[in-house]
Amino acid sequence: MSQNVIAVIVLIVLLCISTPLLGSYMAKVFQNKKAPGDRFFLPIERLIYRVTGVDPEGEQRWTTYAISVLAFSFVSVVVLYGMQRLQAHLPFNPDHLANLPAPLSFNTAVSFLTNTNWQNYAGEDTMAQFTQMAGLVVQNFVSAAAGIAVAVALMRGLTRKRSNTLGNFWADLTRIVIRVLIPIAAIAAIILIAQGAEQNLHATHMITTVAGQSQGIPGGPVGSQETIKQLGTNGGGFFNANAGHPFESPTGLTNMLLNWLLLSIPFALGWTFGKMAKDRKQGYAVLGAMGGLFLIGALLVMPFEANGNIHITQAHVSQAITATSPGGNMEGKEIRNGPILSALFNSSSTSTSTGSINSANDSYTPLGGGVILFNMMLGEISPGGTGSGLYGMLIMAMLAVFIAGLMVGRTPEYLGKKIQAKEMKLVVLYLLMVPFVILTFTAISVVMHSSLASIYNPGPHGLSEVTYAFTSASNNNGSAFAGLNGNTDWYNTTLGICMLVGRFALMVPVLAIAGSLARKQRVPASSGTFPTGTPIFALMLAGIAVIVVGLTYFPVLALGPIVEHLVGKF
Amino acid sequence: MSPSSTIEVPEAPQQVTSSGGTKKRSATFNGAMVRRALVDSVIKLSPRHMKANPVMFVVEIGSVLTTFYLIRDFGTASSSENVFALGVVIWLWFTVLFANFAEAIAEGRGKAQADTLRKTRAETVAYVQRGDDIVEVASSQLQLGDLCVVTPGQLIPGDGDIVDGIATVDESAITGESAPVIRESGGDRSSVTGGTRVLSDRIVVQITSKPGETFLDRMIALVEGASRQKTPNEIALDILLAGLTIIFMFTVVSLQPFSIYSGAPQSIIVLVALLVCLIPTTIGALLSAIGIAGMDRLVQRNVLAMSGRAVEAAGDVSTLLLDKTGTITFGNRQADVFVPMPNVEQHELASAAMLSSLADETPEGRSIVDLAETHYGQVAEEVPAAELVPFTAQTRMSGLDVDGRSIRKGAADSVRRWVEAQGGTPPVELAPVVEAISKGGGTPLVVADGQRVLGVIHLKDVVKPGIAEKFVEMRKMGIRTVMITGDNPLTAAAIAAEAGVDDFLAEATPEDKMALIKKEQAGGHLVAMTGDGTNDAPALAQADVGVAMNSGTQAAKEAGNMVDLDSTPTKLIDIVEIGKQLLITRGSLTTFSITNDIAKFFAIIPAMFVGVFPALHTLNIMHLSSPHSAILSAVIFNALIIVALIPLALRGVKFRPAGAAAVLRRNLLIYGLGGFIIPFIGIKLIDMIITALGVK
Repeated sequence: MSQNVIAVIVLIVLLCISTPLLGSYMAKVFQNKKAPGDRFFLPIERLIYRVTGVDPEGEQRWTTYAISVLAFSFVSVVVLYGMQRLQAHLPFNPDHLANLPAPLSFNTAVSFLTNTNWQNYAGEDTMAQFTQMAGLVVQNFVSAAAGIAVAVALMRGLTRKRSNTLGNFWADLTRIVIRVLIPIAAIAAIILIAQGAEQNLHATHMITTVAGQSQGIPGGPVGSQETIKQLGTNGGGFFNANAGHPFESPTGLTNMLLNWLLLSIPFALGWTFGKMAKDRKQGYAVLGAMGGLFLIGALLVMPFEANGNIHITQAHVSQAITATSPGGNMEGKEIRNGPILSALFNSSSTSTSTGSINSANDSYTPLGGGVILFNMMLGEISPGGTGSGLYGMLIMAMLAVFIAGLMVGRTPEYLGKKIQAKEMKLVVLYLLMVPFVILTFTAISVVMHSSLASIYNPGPHGLSEVTYAFTSASNNNGSAFAGLNGNTDWYNTTLGICMLVGRFALMVPVLAIAGSLARKQRVPASSGTFPTGTPIFALMLAGIAVIVVGLTYFPVLALGPIVEHLVGKF
Repeated sequence: MSPSSTIEVPEAPQQVTSSGGTKKRSATFNGAMVRRALVDSVIKLSPRHMKANPVMFVVEIGSVLTTFYLIRDFGTASSSENVFALGVVIWLWFTVLFANFAEAIAEGRGKAQADTLRKTRAETVAYVQRGDDIVEVASSQLQLGDLCVVTPGQLIPGDGDIVDGIATVDESAITGESAPVIRESGGDRSSVTGGTRVLSDRIVVQITSKPGETFLDRMIALVEGASRQKTPNEIALDILLAGLTIIFMFTVVSLQPFSIYSGAPQSIIVLVALLVCLIPTTIGALLSAIGIAGMDRLVQRNVLAMSGRAVEAAGDVSTLLLDKTGTITFGNRQADVFVPMPNVEQHELASAAMLSSLADETPEGRSIVDLAETHYGQVAEEVPAAELVPFTAQTRMSGLDVDGRSIRKGAADSVRRWVEAQGGTPPVELAPVVEAISKGGGTPLVVADGQRVLGVIHLKDVVKPGIAEKFVEMRKMGIRTVMITGDNPLTAAAIAAEAGVDDFLAEATPEDKMALIKKEQAGGHLVAMTGDGTNDAPALAQADVGVAMNSGTQAAKEAGNMVDLDSTPTKLIDIVEIGKQLLITRGSLTTFSITNDIAKFFAIIPAMFVGVFPALHTLNIMHLSSPHSAILSAVIFNALIIVALIPLALRGVKFRPAGAAAVLRRNLLIYGLGGFIIPFIGIKLIDMIITALGVK
């Protein structure tokens, strides 16, 4: 147990150190200020601008910014699709893997484009190394960067006054990839490889095991893909077993490193927000809400899993955690991680929009799995995906400010920007999209004959499985509850729609809000201003998120995880 | 602003004019109003009216739907099913009716007042000058620019400016104030309002507004709420409420497939009951009542807001421009202290000062007598053989000659010259005292008795009592106060310091005022001001909240977005508070409405599925007696809470001036936490009652 406690504390300490450092650094990068590494990075950036013909000073209105995001995404999805369809004819395919079929290529392209990384395939026997490196890894970088760019645009909208523009998407994308993602991912990859993660271009080795069985040992550039998959909150593993595979995460140290990586940027962006708002307290409030929700989620899942399965307890079998036994609910978990660190990892991965897992969600206790599901339902704001977490939380802040702001007797305002009918329309649109697709598709899936066949576990657990799949796709998480055959035409199509809606139907309103706020005058703060940089606001922000989300999904949670727990058949 | 703008006639009996006054309106609701509101709440069921309120429209559609299913299944369902369904249907209809009633009762007061005002607007005959003739024209036929002659006892036929003459006018029909006011041609008191009555003298009025568009017409439309439009914050809140309604519709509509999957399909009646409980009906039902009542609160204080937008803007105001005279200080200077010269006794100076002012009927003179009586123990009595020396522009002194004494008071240099002419020598101590008073923003009046200079009366602008505390409150609310005055900077600074305003603008011209407003607005501030003169009009129009005095010119009234019928500039502070209160009430009830949902979920969800999953009884934390009684209790609570909150919606949440952080903490505790807890108690109580009544 003590080892687990130390691990959790180490993670929190690491985050407390990295958040201000990385946050301040990113604020400098986003504001084009002098930043460490200018001498090295500036020439690279200039070269990229010259080659691509981008004018980094060319400020864009929100519409142009949005069109840039959409155009870039469209090209990305086409390239990624093509690469999968043609991988047999491309280099770096030592295992001679075949071209992928069209529906799977499309699903995977959309999935990586939207930072979801829902995988309807097993990497080791489907994806050529070239597709992994040049296709999926590239998307891991740029989809994370695009999310951050949209968050940056929103921060600019909140902090600029009487401005028509939000910055330049192409310059933002370049700077985020070059200065934030590549350096961190590269350093982390070196540590990971040093710890034993695989990094080569070999074909699969066939070996004979001690027991005389034949086993394939797959090769590939795993370490380099692993770190950006975590850092960019992507989550798509090189192998099917994801971070549970020893070649992806060989040691306890790498397990913690990967866990930190996926939380690092989303939390740091909260700090960046305080910096860009020129008011640290604003950042603290957002971080407080993010951190509070994150901790509550993690601290709920851990005991649910550590206490194990009540039926085993009732059979008088000890599930205590001891020095020699991992204890707890160990179904679907790795012995080296145990229930606590597994719960921490999967809770972190669903609190961010990562979706990578080191244990099987389907085997979690009903309430443990329920919390993991709820983490995603919150809309990935605790702390959420790279960029998407911050913009989701800021949208929630506008909702909170609007509901409670009237209570102080002024037109609600956030960072001095009035939140009026136009913003509310867009905020409501943002809030409607995801529940709409999740509830609609889940509802149809559980009554339609053909889709019912995909459910392995009928009853409440089956409802959880279907709900989880749509929630994961719509919130661009990408983790699977499993226990559901998602590789059917119905699920491939509807999950694809969910991923696209969860990405672009949210990004566009966010940019529209940013554009509208940027144009506004800034109301100077006074003692009559609704305080948004206080603990009470952080509490309210988290509270409103939980209440609004809780009310929306309470019935389905009640009929899924809660009933399953109460009925006690698992 | 001249201090003599209104003449007080204390002898006049305080009569309530037959035309009705706004001040005399009853504050409570009478039976007639409630009856009228009850009828209106049924009339308002018309979909044409309901569709303006999406939340309640959904409830109405739900009511129709459940009524249909009730009737369809009545013959086949069991009796306990029928009792339950009937209960839900009745209370759903009540929910809609209660919402309509809230709006109707809020409108009631305004409607009653509008009826009274309409009587005033009755057709009158206007005597219009056409060339040299005077012709009789119906008031409804008046043209812009017509010159009407109005004589004592007649109603002024339309809004206009006096172009000739001076008269006392009874404006009680509009202001409710029975004391007549003086209106005269030229200057800032030239405007008259149609429907008011001339009491004395003959005036000629040039008509400035067309019949049907007069001030009275606008006032009727405003108090009646006929021209009421949703305000910006109300629109934004409507969008949020509609959004929440849509989200909860997803929740409820998708629940049926989940129920079917779980083997417990639900009846339409139960699903509609759940939906109505989840959507924000509390705030949805009361939203328009809150807005109407907010406007009505302004009318209660005799302020007419030309738009609801202005009322909301008043809540947002962060800079108040206040005219010194009349707002911060009384309109005139008053005696503050007597400063005797060496070798002069206090009482001697006080007595002389009083004698010199006995005949002085100006406010200054009266204040000297008051001061001598209250603070210096003098007794004012008639001095029979005194010869009064009135003030003239040449001598700049006044006083009296009695028993061989010549007592004078006046400007320092005039009195000095007069004393020297009498052969006296003013003491050397005089000059420093006079100078000190002048420097402090006061006015020195020197008192002399023959050759002797007795001392100096310190006249000063007296800051209204209580105003400094008001400014402290304003500061707490984050509002900056700026005093506007024509005084020199020295005087202005002294008064500003005494009153405790944050800043002042001295020697202010209308242009300065305009520039200040623009500067504040450029910094993101919202500015409120009052004004009455024609030269205030541009600034009134520029300000976010411009309150024109009813006594002011037509131009000022046109430019501002509010009119203060009492013409008391201090009211600006009340207006700000009303604006804030309006927003606070909306926000608090929204929070209340949303936090209410938690308890309702705990009542309804277990009730829906406990049949198929008995283990769900664990979630029935209120231990409601049966699924039917649980759902019905939630629906009844949802309806009754609307009625319970109508008084709060009309009265507004209690407003205490304080910083935003304190206000937030307080309201969050009362309406957030309260909204979470109250329904648990309420639903449990209702459940106990209806179980006792036999609902199973």
